[in-house]
Amino acid sequence: MIPTAFEYFRPTNLSEALALLEQYKDEAKLLAGGHSLIPMMKLRLAQPQYLIDLGGVKELSYIRESGDHLLIGAMTRHVDVETSEVLRQRCPLLTETARRIGDAQVRNMGTIGGSLAHADPAADYPAAILALGAELRAVSIQGERWIRAEDFFVDMLTTALAPEEILVEVKVPALGPRTGTAYVKVAQKASGFALCGVAVVLTVDPNGVCQDVAVGVTGVASKAYRARAVEDALRGRALDASAIADASAKAAEGVDPLEDLHASAEYRAHLARVWSRRAIEQARASI
Amino acid sequence: MPKGKKFVGEPIPRVEDHRLITGRSQYVDDIVRPRMAYAAILRSIYAHARVKAVHVENARRAPGVIAVFTGEDVREAIGPVPVASRLPDLKVPKHPVLAVEKVHYVGEPIAVVVAEDRYLARDAVDLIEVEYEPLEAVVDPERAIAEGAPIIHEEFGTNVAFVWQLSGGDIERAFREADLVVSQRMVNQRLIPVAMEPRGVVAEYLPGEGQLTVWTSTQIPHLLRTQLAAMLRLAENRVRVIAPEVGGGFGSKLNVYAEEALVGYLAMRLGRPIKWIETRRENFLSTIHGRGQIAEVEAAVKRDGTVLGLRYKIIQDVGAYHQLLTPAIPTLTGLMATGPYKIPNLHVQVIGAFTNKMATDAYRGAGRPEATYLLERMMDRIAGELGLDPVEVRMRNFPQPEEFPFPTASGLAYDSGNYQQALRRALEIVGYEGLRQEQQQLRQQGRYLGIGISTYVEICALGPSPALPAGGWESATVRVEPTGKITVLTGASPHGQGQETSFAQIVADELGVELADVRVVHGDTAIVQYGIGTFGSRATAVGGTAVYGALQKVKEKATRLAAHLLGEENVANVAFEDGCFFLKDNPERRVTFQEVALAAYLAKSLPPGMEPGLEATYFFEPSNFTFPFGAHIAVVEVDPETGDVQFRRYVAVDDCGRVINPLLVDGQVHGGIVQSLGQALLEEAVYDENGQLVTGELTEYAIPKATDVPWLETDRMETPSPVNPLGVKGVGEAGTIAATPAIVNAVLDAVAPFGVRHLDMPLKPEKIWRAIRGA
Repeated sequence: MIPTAFEYFRPTNLSEALALLEQYKDEAKLLAGGHSLIPMMKLRLAQPQYLIDLGGVKELSYIRESGDHLLIGAMTRHVDVETSEVLRQRCPLLTETARRIGDAQVRNMGTIGGSLAHADPAADYPAAILALGAELRAVSIQGERWIRAEDFFVDMLTTALAPEEILVEVKVPALGPRTGTAYVKVAQKASGFALCGVAVVLTVDPNGVCQDVAVGVTGVASKAYRARAVEDALRGRALDASAIADASAKAAEGVDPLEDLHASAEYRAHLARVWSRRAIEQARASI
Repeated sequence: MPKGKKFVGEPIPRVEDHRLITGRSQYVDDIVRPRMAYAAILRSIYAHARVKAVHVENARRAPGVIAVFTGEDVREAIGPVPVASRLPDLKVPKHPVLAVEKVHYVGEPIAVVVAEDRYLARDAVDLIEVEYEPLEAVVDPERAIAEGAPIIHEEFGTNVAFVWQLSGGDIERAFREADLVVSQRMVNQRLIPVAMEPRGVVAEYLPGEGQLTVWTSTQIPHLLRTQLAAMLRLAENRVRVIAPEVGGGFGSKLNVYAEEALVGYLAMRLGRPIKWIETRRENFLSTIHGRGQIAEVEAAVKRDGTVLGLRYKIIQDVGAYHQLLTPAIPTLTGLMATGPYKIPNLHVQVIGAFTNKMATDAYRGAGRPEATYLLERMMDRIAGELGLDPVEVRMRNFPQPEEFPFPTASGLAYDSGNYQQALRRALEIVGYEGLRQEQQQLRQQGRYLGIGISTYVEICALGPSPALPAGGWESATVRVEPTGKITVLTGASPHGQGQETSFAQIVADELGVELADVRVVHGDTAIVQYGIGTFGSRATAVGGTAVYGALQKVKEKATRLAAHLLGEENVANVAFEDGCFFLKDNPERRVTFQEVALAAYLAKSLPPGMEPGLEATYFFEPSNFTFPFGAHIAVVEVDPETGDVQFRRYVAVDDCGRVINPLLVDGQVHGGIVQSLGQALLEEAVYDENGQLVTGELTEYAIPKATDVPWLETDRMETPSPVNPLGVKGVGEAGTIAATPAIVNAVLDAVAPFGVRHLDMPLKPEKIWRAIRGA
């Protein structure tokens, strides 16, 4: 790894980190696991002058229950999400999603906040975060604010975070009654990122009718999105195979799919449809 | 030594592994010399361009920079990158270590910076300004040899680098007598070897002694020394090449690279040790690639499946230059073209095409996987056209076991084999009949199982010297130390294959010592006698036999000395067993091997005329190649909705002759199959129309990961080779040669109900999905 020269800071608490970020703003990058940033620095695609390593900010690494919600610190590593007993019981979609990220080395280093703030269009978490309707807490010297997941992802590698803000916490609802979830993924074989990843949160009423459903899709478009057309088509319908298939056929409606060496736009849209159906079926089976 | 203890044939864990696994080994980048400086290379960003000027002033003034050199600066001092292979009318372009006037591929070295550390060197590279005049690039080899293509090397007026032909039998007659002609165009796509350790060089010059030492990650230290001496105009005995631990080669380090000479030159010129370590990006751009063939194959067949003849027209994507063996690789495809079958008529034409890309050269299997792929795909195509089972077509064309040594239409003589037996065994293990029934049943349910067979033979133990550009023998010295410990110096330069273990097994058995008493040394031209190296599945069959030969000489001398020590005049009365010499007619009269060794060095009492010491060197020249063979069967299921391929089974029956160490054989077979899986399903070096390498990183170029690999059911037969006294054949490339067509045949068998006859690799899900949908 031969990056350009940079100055390295390793603050030990959040206020120190915020002060550094306030000082250097755009010229600084936050290091929160490094599995996206470091490769970009290695290729000199990213040349930050200041690197603020959040690895020492221990206060940002936690998984807590808070009533009907769960709070996850931004520096919580993927492996800790993957193996969290609390999350497995109360928000299995996140453990299932974390399990599908990269490989063991990536999961041992990468963090949920780092991944979300990087906003790679093919990262795994965004699908789940969208389907869960998560809220993300951002903090700066000036104060803090909550950002809805749907407002957080602006475009490829672009979030709603201001240059002086740090994403510190992810808040997700606990699994409700008669609710099932699923995360399915087709990986790009070289990078392990998603060619298509679909996260589903599905709630049925006592008669087996779809009471509510949320579908988050990653890897397909320039940012992860909620497949609203699928959700609208399914809500209030009995969950038989044809209803699920009809609804899933709308999984790429209104999106402009990515096209690259690994998959055409057409194939990505096709994967979104097929895997939405499979994910909904899997979520239903998990109830 | 316990009575009767034997090591050969036992699954001995590799003695190399402890130091490798615990990180106590030394690779090139671990080498640090006093006052060492670092080199970084500026490479072309264009695939084809004139270089009008290279401005290095800013780089020279940058912090920590010691020197900057361009092609003009070194063109007189360093000879061109060599090509060892010779074909008739071969066009050999001048290949300077740093480009002069023109660049011909993205990644071609243009200038080198030397600085106090690797970061400053890399930073200064960005300060060099090159004035390019971009030219149209030609990337597609078919286009390269067509009329009107841009000419890459103007001096030739053509992009045809060579035309090579091979004929056997009467091909015209075969096609006249055929009931049916089956033809297929197929592509063996360009692959990137991706050794775990990229290349790297450290060079140090001792002016007092006039000696240049070069540590480099290579498979061929001695051949490299000879070439480097020529390039740098040094006497060969003033150059020392050391291959320290080598983190994978797969043929990509069976070469002489510009950087090896360049770094050597820098060390001499600047009077400081210099280190250059290739980045992964550089490894993708400027270490040789493999495969890269487009083939049109025609088979003349009878209705019963008998293949009368094969006609191949192959275009080999050469790249911008020849590297060491580039032109030789497709000739191996030609030699292998009739595979394990009795096909008496053959014509092969290979056209080498220059393209604006990195050179292709030897990559695990080197021409033979290409041939096996083409032929095994043809066998399935023939079966499909004739409505025969793929097994039946293969069985019909095998030579009978009693026909060995079996002469081929390509002019080879296969040493030994029983191809029917290997296939039958694989079919039995996989449960072929049952699988075919299951396949039918699943199809009724809309599920698509595919069974792919590949039967193969390969050319190993490269090879007799007349067949290789620089000698095909191998050398060994067995040195018995005064304490009875044994040092083996092998000219083969193993780099992960495990010969420190397998050669020690051979020695331990022959001399009746423990494995721990044997040390195998390799890879240092100042320590080891001249050798050829490790490639072409040759290290054990040729290098191991050299060890065996040296051992016989040592034993012969030790026996004579033992007789002398025992006061026995008749040497024939002395036997050697379990580390002891004794008199056959009086076994109580005995002397240990260690006592004999010590006596040889103390030299107090030697037989008249006997030299002191106990060591021998043996150069083994094989009389023929060896021809391992086997049968692989892949079973996959294709998801018709997405094109996704899932493995159900993988069965490999390999016969690599006598097995020295079954663990090592399994390891080689496993690794080979995995690399094959890469070619079949995942890998492809993709250049865009401007000659930019799109798959230039591990995030874009998919190599198989552990989770992609199915459970491998390996089985084997042991048909000894008559070519060497060990009876070994070689196994380093078998998996790579056998598995690619097995996997592709399985996928195409799965989608056959959709009318899909052929798809080119890699069989990525989208390609399969499109074929199913388009059918």
